[in-house]
Amino acid sequence: MVDSKKQWKAWLYLSPVIILTLVFTVYPIVNTLMMAFSNDYILAIGSRQGLFYKGFGIDNFKMVLGYQGFMTGLKNTLLLTVITVPISTFLALLIAVCLNSIKAFNRLLQTIYFLPYVTNTIAIGLVFSTMFSMVGVGLTTENPIITTSGIINNVIELFGGKAINWVNEGSSWSANMFVMVVYIVWNALPFKILILLGGLQSVNKQYYDAAKVDGTSRTRTFFRITVPMLSPMLAYVVITGFIGGFKEYSSIVGVFGDKMGPADNWYQMDTMVGFINRNIMDSNAHEGKASAAALILFAIIFAVTMLNMYVSKKKVHY
Amino acid sequence: MAKKKIENATPVVDVLENLEQTLAETASVVNNTESTPMDEMATEMVSEPALTTVSLGDAEALGKGVMKERNIERVKKVQKVVKICVKILTYVFLVAIAISVLFPFYWMIISSLKSWSEYQQNPPTFFPHEILWSNYAQAFDTANLGTLFVNTVFVGIVSTILSLIITVLAAFAFARLEFRGKNALFAGLLATMMIPGELFTITNYGTVTQYLKWGGTYTALIVPFLVSVFYVYLLRQNFKQIPDELYYAAKVDGTSDLKYLWKVMIPLALPTIISITILKMMGSWNSYIWPRLVANDDAHKLITNGLRGATFYVYDANGTPLTDQVNYPVQMAAVAMVSFPLFLVFIFLRKYIMKGVSRSGLKG
Repeated sequence: MVDSKKQWKAWLYLSPVIILTLVFTVYPIVNTLMMAFSNDYILAIGSRQGLFYKGFGIDNFKMVLGYQGFMTGLKNTLLLTVITVPISTFLALLIAVCLNSIKAFNRLLQTIYFLPYVTNTIAIGLVFSTMFSMVGVGLTTENPIITTSGIINNVIELFGGKAINWVNEGSSWSANMFVMVVYIVWNALPFKILILLGGLQSVNKQYYDAAKVDGTSRTRTFFRITVPMLSPMLAYVVITGFIGGFKEYSSIVGVFGDKMGPADNWYQMDTMVGFINRNIMDSNAHEGKASAAALILFAIIFAVTMLNMYVSKKKVHY
Repeated sequence: MAKKKIENATPVVDVLENLEQTLAETASVVNNTESTPMDEMATEMVSEPALTTVSLGDAEALGKGVMKERNIERVKKVQKVVKICVKILTYVFLVAIAISVLFPFYWMIISSLKSWSEYQQNPPTFFPHEILWSNYAQAFDTANLGTLFVNTVFVGIVSTILSLIITVLAAFAFARLEFRGKNALFAGLLATMMIPGELFTITNYGTVTQYLKWGGTYTALIVPFLVSVFYVYLLRQNFKQIPDELYYAAKVDGTSDLKYLWKVMIPLALPTIISITILKMMGSWNSYIWPRLVANDDAHKLITNGLRGATFYVYDANGTPLTDQVNYPVQMAAVAMVSFPLFLVFIFLRKYIMKGVSRSGLKG
C-alpha cells in the first residue's frame, strides 16, 4: 500500500500545514517557554526574540505573581468564571428543557436564543455599555448633573429603586462586575442552549415513557433521567465555559474599552489575557512577563480541564 | 448507574394496573388538603383491585366502580389543569428570556435612530419621535466604516480561500493517503489545540513584526491564522466517511488524486466546507486582539478594532466637539451597521451556522 510516490505526495499536500504550524505554533511554544524562564529585568524592545538572556530562572514568575496588576486580573478572571459558568449553564439547561417540552414557536424561539452568538462581542459590548451608561457631567462629584441615567437605571427607578453608577466614572468594582456577569451570561447562553437542546433531543423517549408509567414526578424525572442522560453535554459546556471564561477579554474591552475599566479607574476590570496583551503591545511591554503569565494561564486551564474530566469520568453517564 | 435503575424499573407486566395506581396516588396527593372520605375510598379501592373485578356483578361494587370512574375523571381534570399551568409558565419563562435576549438589539436600533436630545429624555422614549437616519451617515464617516468594511471583507475572503485550500489538502492526506508518521503527526497537531492562543500571540507578534517585517500589512492579518487544526480534524472525519471503493474505482479509471478530491470528495463534504467558510468569515469579522496588535494603522484596520477605537462626539451649536460626551445614538448606528451583515448571514445560512457551531464550539 505504502509506496514511495504516494508518501512524497502526502507530504506535499501537508506541507502548508506543517510549515505554518512550525512557524506559528511550535516555535512560539518553545520560544515562550524560553522567554518565561529567562531572567531578564531590563528587556529592551529591540531585543525581542533573542534566544538566551541572562540565564534561566523563575524570576519572571516571581515578578508576575508579585504584581498588583496581575493579581487584579487573576482575581477578576477567576471570579467572572466561577460566577458566570454555573449561572449560564443552569439557565441554559432550564431553557433547553422548556424549549424541548413545547411545540408551537419552537423554531422561532430557538432562532432568537441563538442570535447573540452571531454578533460581534465588542460591538454588542458597546450596546451593553450604552444601556448601563449615565449621561451627565461631574459624575464623580457629590452633585452630578445627570440628564439620563440609562435604560437599565430607568427600569430600576420605575420599580422604586435608586439609579446606580454601573460603568461610568466613579463606578465601583462590584457594579462593573455585575454588568460583566450579565453580559457574559447573555453571550454564553446561545452555545450552551444549542448543545444541551441537541443532547435532549437525542435522549431516548422510552425512558420518559417508563418514568410516566411509574408515576415519577417531574422533578425526579428531571434529576434522575434528564440530567444523567445529558451529562456528557453538560460536561462539555462546562469545560468549554471554563476555558472561555479564563480567556475573558473581548467582552470587557467591548464594555469598558481597552483600558478595561471606568475612565477614572483604568484596569479595574483587568483579566489575565488583558495583562498578557498589555505586556505584548504597550510601550513598556515585557515578553518575559507576558510569557510567564501565559504559562500560568495555560497551567490553570489545563488543571481545571483535567479536574473537570476527572469529575465527569466519575459522574458522567454515557 | 442511573441507566440500570431505569431499566430495572421498567419491566412492568400489567401496565394498566400500574397506571390506575398512579392515578389514585396523584389523586391523594392533589386532594390531600381537602381530605375527603372520597380519596380514602379511592386508595382502598385500588389497593384491592382484585376485589373489584371479582365481585363485579354485585350492586355495591358497581356503585364503587362508577365512583371510581368519576374519581379518575376528576384526577384527569386536575392533571389537565396542572398541565396547562405548567405549559403557560413554560411559555412565560421562554418569552421572558426571548425578550431579554432581544432587548439589547432593540435598544441598539431604537437608540441609533434618536437625536442626541431625545436620547437624553427621561423617561426614555421607546420609539423615536423623529427618525434620524443621518446618524448612520455620521457614524459611517466618523468611524471610517467604508475602509473598515473593505479591509475586513478582503482579509476575510482571502484568508478563507487560502485556509480552505490548505485544510482540504491536509484533510485529504490524513483521510486517504498512507505515509509514515501519519498518526503521530495527526496526534501532534491535535495536541496543539489544547494550548491557549495567547501563548502563541506573544512570539508571533515578534516574528511577524521583527523577523518577517509584516507589520501593518494584510499578510500579517492573514497568514498566521491560516491553519486551523480543528477544521482539518472536522474535514478529515467527513472525508473518512466516503467509502474507499470510490477512491479505488477512480484510481482504476486513471483519475488523479486532485481530480478525485475536486470531483468527489469536496462535493460530498460540501456542508462541512460551507460551515467552515461561514465560521472563518465570521471569525475575521469578529477578530480583535491580533488585528489590534499588528495592523492598527488606518489603512489596514479591521472592523472591530476600528469600531472600538472610534470616538463619536457630540457637537455644540458652533460645531465644536464636546470631548467629555459620547454620542450614543451615532455610536449605536455604527454598532448596528457592523451587526447587520452578521444577522443577514445568519438568516440565510442558519442551518449551516448552527450545525458548524454545535460541532466546533468556538466563537469566532
